Amino acid sequence: MIKNSIGEIESQVLWNRLISVVEEQAQTLIRTAFSTAAREAGDISAGVFDRRGRMVAQAVTGTPGHVNSMARAVGHFLDEFPIDTLKPGDALITNDPWKGTGHLFDLTVVTPTFHRGKAVALFACTTHVVDIGGIGQSPAGKQVFHEGLQIPIMHLAREGRMNEDLLRIVRANVREPVQVAGDIYGLAACNDTGSARLVEMMQEFDLADLEELSDIIITRSRQAMADAIAKLPRGSWTSCMTIDGFEAPVELVGTLTIESDIIRVDYTGTSGISSFAINCPLCYTDAYTAFGVKCAVAPWIPNNAGTLDSVVVTAPENCIVNALHPAAVYSRSIIGHMLPDIIFGCLDQALPETMPAEGTSSLWNLSLVAAHGLTGRADEIRTPFNVTTFHSGGAGARPRIDGLSATPFPSGVRNVPVEVTESITPVVIWRKELRVDSGGAGKFRGGLGQVMEVSNREGSPMGIYHRFERVRFAPRGRAGGKDGALGRLRLQSGKELSEKGFYVVPAGDRLIVEMPGGGGYGAPTERERDLVQRDVDYGFITASEAEQIYGLKKS
Amino acid sequence: MSKTSIRLAVDIGGTFTDLVLHLGEHFVSSKVLTTQDAPERGVLEGAQLVLKQAGISPADLDLVVHGTTLATNALIERKGARTALVTTQGFRDSLEIAYEHRFEQYDIYMERPEPLVPRPLRFEVPERVAADGTVLLELDESAVERLADRLVQEGVQAVAVCFLHSYQNHAHEQRAREIIARRIPSSVIAISSEVCPEIREYERTSTTVANAYVLPVMESYLRRLEQGFRDLGSTAPLLLIMSSGGITTIDTARRFPIRLVESGPAGGAVMALTVAAQNGIDKALSFDMGGTTAKITLIDDLRPQQSRHFEIARAARFVKGSGIPVRIPVIDMVEIGAGGGSIARTDLLGRITVGPDSAGSMPGPAAYGRGGTMPTVTDADLLLGWLDPKGFAGGHIDLSPDASRKAIDETISAKIGLDHDRSAYGITELVTETMASAARVHAVENGKDMAGRTMIAFGGAAPLHAARLAQKIGVSRVLIPVGAGVGSAHGFLQAPISYEVVRTRVMSLREYVPTAVAELFASMRTEAESVVRVGAPSAELHEERIAYMRYRGQGHEVRVPVPPAALESGGSDALHQAFEAVYQALYGRTIPRLDVEAVSWTLSLAERRRLPERDEPPAKQPAPMPQGKRALLDPCSGVEVQAALYARDLLKPGAPVPGPAVITEAETSTLVPSGFVAAINRAGHIVIERTA
Repeated sequence: MIKNSIGEIESQVLWNRLISVVEEQAQTLIRTAFSTAAREAGDISAGVFDRRGRMVAQAVTGTPGHVNSMARAVGHFLDEFPIDTLKPGDALITNDPWKGTGHLFDLTVVTPTFHRGKAVALFACTTHVVDIGGIGQSPAGKQVFHEGLQIPIMHLAREGRMNEDLLRIVRANVREPVQVAGDIYGLAACNDTGSARLVEMMQEFDLADLEELSDIIITRSRQAMADAIAKLPRGSWTSCMTIDGFEAPVELVGTLTIESDIIRVDYTGTSGISSFAINCPLCYTDAYTAFGVKCAVAPWIPNNAGTLDSVVVTAPENCIVNALHPAAVYSRSIIGHMLPDIIFGCLDQALPETMPAEGTSSLWNLSLVAAHGLTGRADEIRTPFNVTTFHSGGAGARPRIDGLSATPFPSGVRNVPVEVTESITPVVIWRKELRVDSGGAGKFRGGLGQVMEVSNREGSPMGIYHRFERVRFAPRGRAGGKDGALGRLRLQSGKELSEKGFYVVPAGDRLIVEMPGGGGYGAPTERERDLVQRDVDYGFITASEAEQIYGLKKS
Repeated sequence: MSKTSIRLAVDIGGTFTDLVLHLGEHFVSSKVLTTQDAPERGVLEGAQLVLKQAGISPADLDLVVHGTTLATNALIERKGARTALVTTQGFRDSLEIAYEHRFEQYDIYMERPEPLVPRPLRFEVPERVAADGTVLLELDESAVERLADRLVQEGVQAVAVCFLHSYQNHAHEQRAREIIARRIPSSVIAISSEVCPEIREYERTSTTVANAYVLPVMESYLRRLEQGFRDLGSTAPLLLIMSSGGITTIDTARRFPIRLVESGPAGGAVMALTVAAQNGIDKALSFDMGGTTAKITLIDDLRPQQSRHFEIARAARFVKGSGIPVRIPVIDMVEIGAGGGSIARTDLLGRITVGPDSAGSMPGPAAYGRGGTMPTVTDADLLLGWLDPKGFAGGHIDLSPDASRKAIDETISAKIGLDHDRSAYGITELVTETMASAARVHAVENGKDMAGRTMIAFGGAAPLHAARLAQKIGVSRVLIPVGAGVGSAHGFLQAPISYEVVRTRVMSLREYVPTAVAELFASMRTEAESVVRVGAPSAELHEERIAYMRYRGQGHEVRVPVPPAALESGGSDALHQAFEAVYQALYGRTIPRLDVEAVSWTLSLAERRRLPERDEPPAKQPAPMPQGKRALLDPCSGVEVQAALYARDLLKPGAPVPGPAVITEAETSTLVPSGFVAAINRAGHIVIERTA
């Protein structure tokens, strides 16, 4: 075997190996994580970078929000600490929303890998921690300063010694100090796992550095993206969508331009920033835009610097998808999750009959709390708790098949079992079922939302941080398909709640959460009659909807 | 089971039914075609065949051990009973909503499998139990009565009952069964607190429904099989192998047929375990590579890794989360879509990909000349000179190198500009790399490493790829056992009678009461013993107690063996230490000051089986003369070499066979690459060791 240059077969084997190394790094992180966002939803990221800070391989994890943001983060770390100033045993950390992955809850750790006395690569990983201090999980923060502790890019460890000063500050500022510190150790440890595996690989294949392999992987991926883009029609298309927003509706406007080997997305025309925490830093906008493009254009190409460079995202400063410091950004996912719908709206014009209808898109997580000062005084609350369970409405119908019911898109989270939530809190979930007539009617029906009914069995008040979307503006159908049903939030006793804020459910009452359905695709009258009848028999639609909207004749 | 007893093992696979008759020191084996419409026919025909060969009357049989994929196939092919689900009001969609998860991140056309029970057959009754077992809403018995009538009207053949938190309090489930059993035989009603008394409603429901779904099929099959053996004149007990690698009685199998899925591969792991014992191997890796998949299991101190997570009928790409989850005791194995028939292609980046789909036996690899045009791993093996074109698969098939070359040229070489030898080498390298990655990740997930392991390789395709795989994962010793082709059936006869019981009791170590845990285990022991004693009335029993534990706040538990001291006063310290030892091994660190809790507890009870004594290595013999030479591409150096050829049955124990060499036998060929040396040991197994 020739050793000075990497052969074709060898480079393919090494590429596979690198992907397996970062998957291992990611699994280690998920299995040791504390916050539900990380451990149930896989809201983490892991990847390996070359000396120049280019991402060579990334694990496919639960949520695409880190796809591009973490990839770019390593560049910011290297700007502050050039690679040859780093020593074995060093690790760097930040939670800067603009240099990391979009909000203070995400901690990113970067660790150099040394081989034959030289830094040959960097491992980076990100996880969503349980708490970061400040106003907590509320979307009502006005400035990033309200949202908790800010850690600028700095050393987490120097030559194997943890930065105890930093850890003490972290412990003093967060509500769950042991768990957060545990997650920080987990981040450092999973990078070490990745580094060890990489060094083993380099020894086995007698590689002095990663540069040649990194060039091969990035060049080939870049070329594959270019080839995929070259097959698309050239041109420019604009799509807009109105969503609920916080203090006022938000207009999202995107213009997608297909050039010879690159896709540009520009968000000029989008609403300005909010006074509340639904603002989105550009790195996070970049991540969900790239994800939407990749799903539509080239889902099979592994993520790395080569693929990510094929999508160029721009937005005017201080519009809601390019919010600048000191805007509050905690709930940036509300905006980010909507962006693939904008991409699909543009591509539907370029490539008709290939893009799904709009879906619920934003998650319908229930963040429930009973705590001093929030739901009552300490002496009135029997069991304090603070829990987030992940749930989703319906996804949009696809051009050939129905939308997925109660399934997230673009996020890739999974739910938390009802029995698990109830075993760690006094919460009782009385009902969790598919919501009839919520899927947008169409030749292909939108996915159904779901209904949940929740109470506190201890007869005490229970708070909910609500950060919901599609309550005032529905997910739209496509190609003649009808809109999905609007979401709705109310009390059993009758009161209707707004879609965002913090509300205390009175003792003894129940919260009823009705999640939106996905938009339909194609005219409902074109739906196969057998399927309409099946939907009636299954209780997915009512007989009256079948008759009035689908035009099903009574048999 | 004395040594001279006459024991028959039967393994029904998709294509063949394997039979092995053990007669003390020697055995007779046979393969017959599986009779899909009535599998017992093939079993009984095959049994008569091997008995006749051995000159034994059916009446002389002492024991029959049986494994079958019937339950698995019923689930994969959706050919089970018309099943209804009865559940807590408000939760009939739990089975359909599943994890609210997309298992394919980038695929906007992803589809989830349909639930086994369609919505109109999922019924709700008013009742509610809280997480701590208290009743929030009494069971509405009249509603259950009305429902029972409805179930009869709907013509359901099986019923699954699954109420929320029934793992804590099963009273409502039991009462519902009593009421429904007035109209529908209780033998086809499965209740979740018996099938899978574990927290997490979707997985418990899924397991209970899958169990109900296969109940009638398995019940009637087992009845016919039992009767068939009786008609032949055999009164031998019929035992069944479970996915845990233990065996159980026909009564338990009838009630919990879901525990029988994946029994064939479990048998393979038990065989590997026996070989490990015989050869004094403390750290083994069982590698089973057939036509469609490869399976890898870690066996430490003669214990295969155990797990309670399994997924049936995953979507085509073996994607995690795309199948039907069941929580049953299983031997933890990683299954990869990589076998001799796995199809090779290039992707749009010009990379070679192999599998996970397989050409199977029809049309099979291009080399079979049965109409297959896509190149497979077997085609690559053939082109590289690893296989003799004549006499493949016991002489049943002659292979065509021209067909392989054409398939590889068209599908691979033309796309990536390599000659067909390099392309073929690429196929074998990448399929081996895929298996190596899976093995590595599996080891890491279980806090294990590969160093110092011996690989035990069996299945038609394993002996060709084992040495290269071993090199990739840092294993320096490989063992190819005798009779690798019917390994699973051999394993059945070495499996112990056993049973595992699970309970969920969430318990913080701060509030840990050793006596309560001891009582819990005692009640589990009683339940397990009632099952095990039917098959092993007087055997010495071995008990294993496990706690599934985590730091409070985490979502994943680790499997912790419960030390005896944990059941005595002050036992929480002992359990805490046991947890930290496991956690440290898995993740390299523990977290100070954080509360630890146990979620679920299992007790498995097995008869103590006699493992074979360790064999002494044979005396050194002079190197044998090869029967010939063949040019082949050496997998470890990547260059063409002249390899010596040997017939396995002519090799004397202890005679060294240095690589590059090929050792041939009827069912398979073993490739010894350069840098390795092979020898037959006393028991006839091939031992390959790395020299460089």
